[in-house]
Amino acid sequence: MKEDCIIKIDHLSKSFSGTKVLDDISLEIKQGEFVTFLGPSGCGKTTLLRLIAGFHTADEGKIFMDGEDISGVPPYKRQLNTVFQRYALFPHLDVYENVAFSLKLNKVPEAEINKRVKKVLKMVSMTDYEERDVDTLSGGQQQRIAIARALINQPRVLLLDEPLAALDLKMRQDMQIELKEMHKKLGITFIYVTHDQEEALTLSDTIVVLKEGRIQQVGTPMDIYNEPQNVYVADFIGQSNIVDGVMLEDKKVSFIGHDFDCVDEGFGNNVPVDVVIRPEDIYIMNNTEAAQFTGVVKSCTFKGVHYEMFVDTAEGYEMMIQDYNPFEVGSTVGMLIKPQDIQVMHKPCTANRFEGEMIDSTHVRFIDGEFECAETSFQAGDKVDVEIAFKKVDLMDDIDEGVVSGQITFLFYKGDHYFLEVKTNEGYTLQVDTQDIWDKNDLVGINFKPKDIKITKRESADE
Amino acid sequence: MNKRSSWALPYFIFLLIFVALPLVLIAIYAFTDADGGFTFANFVRFAQEEETINTFVYSIEIALITTALCLLLGYPAAWILSNSEFNRSKVVVMLFILPMWINMLIRTLATVALFDFLRLPQAQGALIFGMVYNFLPFMIYPIYNTLNKMDKSYSEAAQDLGANPVQVFTKVTVPLSMPGISSGVMMVFMPTISTFAVAELLTMNKVKLFGTTIQENINNGMWNYGAALALIMLIIIAITSLYTDEKENAESSGGGLI
Repeated sequence: MKEDCIIKIDHLSKSFSGTKVLDDISLEIKQGEFVTFLGPSGCGKTTLLRLIAGFHTADEGKIFMDGEDISGVPPYKRQLNTVFQRYALFPHLDVYENVAFSLKLNKVPEAEINKRVKKVLKMVSMTDYEERDVDTLSGGQQQRIAIARALINQPRVLLLDEPLAALDLKMRQDMQIELKEMHKKLGITFIYVTHDQEEALTLSDTIVVLKEGRIQQVGTPMDIYNEPQNVYVADFIGQSNIVDGVMLEDKKVSFIGHDFDCVDEGFGNNVPVDVVIRPEDIYIMNNTEAAQFTGVVKSCTFKGVHYEMFVDTAEGYEMMIQDYNPFEVGSTVGMLIKPQDIQVMHKPCTANRFEGEMIDSTHVRFIDGEFECAETSFQAGDKVDVEIAFKKVDLMDDIDEGVVSGQITFLFYKGDHYFLEVKTNEGYTLQVDTQDIWDKNDLVGINFKPKDIKITKRESADE
Repeated sequence: MNKRSSWALPYFIFLLIFVALPLVLIAIYAFTDADGGFTFANFVRFAQEEETINTFVYSIEIALITTALCLLLGYPAAWILSNSEFNRSKVVVMLFILPMWINMLIRTLATVALFDFLRLPQAQGALIFGMVYNFLPFMIYPIYNTLNKMDKSYSEAAQDLGANPVQVFTKVTVPLSMPGISSGVMMVFMPTISTFAVAELLTMNKVKLFGTTIQENINNGMWNYGAALALIMLIIIAITSLYTDEKENAESSGGGLI
């Protein structure tokens, strides 16, 4: 069965002045689908949209529309239209002329232009604004005109680049509903870019989660929320408790010091995994006897529909729990997690691995720094593999104290410690488990204790 | 009077002495005769003196031609300069602005030497060349400024809506750079209409501009008639500048030199 694919992205890569913004992206977008590219700023989502629109050309890979390669086609010949982030309405033209812009270029007869402009303005409920100067419109009104302008040419694909980012919350929610209805009515493909996970969950048929130029997961909002494929997706979509765990055997996982039944299989025995539990999936009660584990309520905040509580478990983990009932701060509570609410994910690795070269028997060079290591039998110039466990990376406030320095690009709390990603100035990524508290974008110095650097002979031609 | 406005006092006095007072004097001289009596005779004389009127019209013609040529040469230059791929370091912009560092008389004398050396005739052609050469940076810079500040998403939006590069230029880039264009036109037209040094030096006084006429009259002691001619010229400039101002406001101006 062949899907009705309108846009196909094939191994697309793009760099800007040496930095890889998109890395080998492949994706198929179906006719009539509402697809959202979701990710934090700098993840490459806007670049991907601009590549589809034709404002950038890819370094590698191709884009197909209706099976036809459009990679080299200039934007004005592509059968798609864009709603720009800050609308980009022409300030020298009034509302009518803005909306009619593309029709006038195509020399459509004036009577038909008039008819179509009226129709599309009616669709975005801006009927009486034809004569108005675009500068006199509010943000939401400009937004509607921008959508009308993009839709008047009846494109088969509408690209929207964070179209609601500049609006206030209430307006944004109203526009979300309108966009969704518009999409249903028009039946055309919408490709939407946002960093707002709630917006993505509300609007999309399919969400594409991006991080640092790579696709992390593609799926329906339900899939993405309930079954995140890795910790990044879990952390980015909604709130969650993410902790280290060990898959003991099929359907049995151990984390926060207890063994739990789960529904996942096929990981193998005694394999380290990441475990995600949504805060609303932990059952909390005063009865501690029937509970799987116990803890003390540390804080309890009213959030409108539910209460948000932080509980310190007896084993020293902090869990976030959402419940309709409040529990008194300081009270001892019991907690329960159902097997199907435990989301187990592969841990990509537990140690940082790099290629290195020996300087002498006690010094090794890797990630563009020279580090002291324990005495080895290797000789100067030997090519080696270097391994440093996540826990064994020393981060320092003073960047000059470290052998190399970097910036924290990503972090989250794992119940009893923080997990960080540090990008060094030379472009290497280190993953770190630490008890210390850091903030995103902090600059840090990086060093390793000599005994923590594990060196093995490079296995040639092997990853 | 608050503190800040008292700082403005020296400037206010300066303006009074060196701008307002001379203007008043020009007006007074223009409407009086040699004995100080009120008269329209100076203007009547202008209306009857065919040679002066011809010079006046000719000066406006030269100024228009110069302005048009500057726009024709300057717009593409500004457009190329504002293209970031070409202009990473802004060195090229510097090179275009560089002639402004040198005194206009020196530049003109150098042009005279150049025309001498190449044995080119020093007539109207030389005059226009000299004026365009002198005033081109004043056209390029304000246009470059507006183009440079222009949001790239406008031209992207136009492309997205089906405009080919030529249409993007004519339907979006040019209309949106109107504030820069009118600034540039003002900056070139105003000084060229009253210039006389360039004409004197470059054409050996063979071509006479209105500025020269005014200067001759005043040098020959005909203060009242000279003042009347100066007043006429000022009014012409005032009209053009008022007209462009209005237009610029209508375009919701976006920067320029003035």
